[in-house]
Amino acid sequence: MDFNFTEDEQMIIDAVHEIGQEEFEPRASEVAELGEFPWENIEILREMDLFGIPVPEEYGGLEMGFLLWGVVGELLSRYCSTTGSVFGAHMLCQYPIMAFGTDEQKDKYLRPLTSGEHIGAFGLTEPNAGSDAGSVATKAELRGDKYILNGTKIFISNGGVAETYVVIANLDPSKGTRGLTAFIVEKGMPGFEFGKNEKKMGWDALPNRELIFQDCEVPVENVLYKPGRGFRVAMDTLGVGRLGMAVGAVGLAQAAFDAAIVYAQQREQFGQKISEFQAIQFKLADMATEIEISRLMYQKAAWLKDQGESFEKEAAMAKLYSSEMVSRVTSDAVQIHGGVGYTREFPVERYMREAKLFEIVEGTSEIQRGIIANRLLREYRI
Amino acid sequence: MNIIVCIKQVPDTSEVSIDPETNTIVREGVPAIINPFDENAIEQAVQMVEEHGGKVTVLSMGPPQAEAALREALAMGADEAILVSDRCFAASDTLATSYVLSTAIREIGDYDLIFCGKQAFDGDTAQVPPGIAEHLGIPQVTFAIGIEVDGRKVRVRRLLEDEFETVEVKMPALISVVKQINEPRRPGIKAKLAAKKKEVKVWDASCIDADACLCGFDGSPTRVVRTFAPSRNTEGKKYEGEPKEVATAVVEALIAEKII
Ligand SMILES: Cc1cc2nc3c(=O)[nH]c(=O)nc-3n(C[C@H](O)[C@H](O)[C@H](O)COP(=O)(O)OP(=O)(O)OC[C@H]3O[C@@H](n4cnc5c(N)ncnc54)[C@H](O)[C@@H]3O)c2cc1C
Ligand SMILES: Cc1cc2nc3c(=O)[nH]c(=O)nc-3n(C[C@H](O)[C@H](O)[C@H](O)COP(=O)(O)OP(=O)(O)OC[C@H]3O[C@@H](n4cnc5c(N)ncnc54)[C@H](O)[C@@H]3O)c2cc1C
Repeated sequence: MDFNFTEDEQMIIDAVHEIGQEEFEPRASEVAELGEFPWENIEILREMDLFGIPVPEEYGGLEMGFLLWGVVGELLSRYCSTTGSVFGAHMLCQYPIMAFGTDEQKDKYLRPLTSGEHIGAFGLTEPNAGSDAGSVATKAELRGDKYILNGTKIFISNGGVAETYVVIANLDPSKGTRGLTAFIVEKGMPGFEFGKNEKKMGWDALPNRELIFQDCEVPVENVLYKPGRGFRVAMDTLGVGRLGMAVGAVGLAQAAFDAAIVYAQQREQFGQKISEFQAIQFKLADMATEIEISRLMYQKAAWLKDQGESFEKEAAMAKLYSSEMVSRVTSDAVQIHGGVGYTREFPVERYMREAKLFEIVEGTSEIQRGIIANRLLREYRI
Repeated sequence: MNIIVCIKQVPDTSEVSIDPETNTIVREGVPAIINPFDENAIEQAVQMVEEHGGKVTVLSMGPPQAEAALREALAMGADEAILVSDRCFAASDTLATSYVLSTAIREIGDYDLIFCGKQAFDGDTAQVPPGIAEHLGIPQVTFAIGIEVDGRKVRVRRLLEDEFETVEVKMPALISVVKQINEPRRPGIKAKLAAKKKEVKVWDASCIDADACLCGFDGSPTRVVRTFAPSRNTEGKKYEGEPKEVATAVVEALIAEKII
């Protein structure tokens, strides 16, 4: 076991720290407040080649694995949570093409996603298919050399700004998960439109749009993996997605902790810094400890993934624990700030609003517990 | 078109402090960076070579650590890098520095243009670029904000205090640039990783046939008597009364202070 990063990895991590502090952090609150997609930050990630960390060099990536991808994602979320989420949602499109795509599909779609020329999104959720992904009702029908898609996806992160979409549709809803099929859909394909952008509790700068398919024609060569095997594509993608959620939660929690430990040493009450009260000290100690646990959990899961080993259970555990952790930590950060923490003058109230999302997306906490228990009961079957 | 860019490694001034006891710059633990104007010089060279073909060679005189600055320049798109480094170069003033750099440039030989930054953030003299040009006997244009190539001629727009001036020179020539000339690129990770693998040539005095008498302390006529941070005199004196009387009083005070 080796906790050291290589010299190259450390150089990248240092570069992300620097750019995060110089460019992202100073604008993060403004980005969230204005609710405008952070194109400037995305441009910087592009320039720095950061969209290709785990992607093979053959397709323009750095081929440096998911552990480094996670560490970079954590830093992005720490310095600008919106940017971190865009980075994470992008992978939900990039990963399935990287893992399941044909050489032609990778050439056409993975390359621009890796250079960052194109942004990606992943469309699974529908009004009647959230936790229950098998209920996807968006229909795909083979007609000649095209599939015709009809249906609506909701909540899709990066929706509208993305050029490339991995969309899960059903060839035969009566077959449930065995009818699911993954398609690569391009923005601008006839019959593909965007619907409403959700107004949310937080994350105003992250688009969550409806994807509307009305007789949308998708060429057969855009089927990802095999017809009828879309559930496998979706589940593998969500495995990496959970890793991404854990990473984002740790980054956001770290940002809340950073703010809290500074404020605690500035604010005086009863003639002393509040950081001198044991009640505050214990909060800070618990926050930092929980963040560290969560960080080790996502790093272990990412490391397993990089070793080519099964990592789904560990990713689900990391996602479950860190998503609940970030709600506690951000809430404590508000508590340490007192009244000002509840105002929009300080970023911690935003962190608290943003934190809640982690317990819901990419499988709710309840669903994660189900996944983990399933695995455990299989492992320990008597 | 072959362009040589002279770059200096300087302490990151945003993180520098002055020791109030000794009045010298506290250099310990301060990260070293490429002199910011030199980044503009590199950017300009890389852009022009991208447009006209040729190659960019970055050159620095300094201690072995200056290699990091040269690698950064390689990541920004320079093709070759040379560090001139020798114990006998230590304590060079601007005359000796420009002598050493000019001998290194002679050794490189084939060049059309030499780019420098307007001035160094630490030394701040802006004397090295003209020094290099004089040693090489080539024309120099300082404070460039725009450079246009026309055959073997270059038209350079200079940024002066309250005006622009356009001059035309024949190549080979030396040009020093101001920061408004361009926005230096941020090298990507791929370029940085590639730059780590490239060679940085290290030349000592013998490689460039430098005359030891003209380098380092011996080659430096500048004698530093004392360095100090200028004290901030916030105290002013106010003269009140009739304009004529006030004017007389002010002039007398200035004469008494030997200012006029
Ligand atoms: C900001 C945001 C971004 C999103 N981005 C994307 C995206 O990019 N792509 C995408 O496809 N989707 C996206 N989603 C959708 C998200 O993944 C779903 O909202 C999530 O999976 C939960 O589904 P649901 O909303 O339908 O909740 P429901 O499934 O209706 O869940 C409601 C409640 O019931 C519980 N529940 C449901 N089933 C069970 C069960 N079997 N056992 C116990 N409890 C259960 C849940 O845990 C939850 O508490 C996003 C959502 C949001 C809010
Ligand atoms: C008053 C004074 C005191 C000094 N004291 C000392 C001392 O105690 N010890 C000592 O060692 N030196 C000393 N020096 C030397 C001086 O600090 C510099 O090292 C050197 O002469 C460059 O001058 P500058 O920094 O003013 O550069 P400038 O002339 O302002 O630099 C302009 C441009 O020239 C180029 N350039 C400058 N230096 C280099 C380089 N080394 N390699 C490549 N390109 C370069 C860059 O393109 C730069 O942008 C002193 C100089 C002066 C004027």
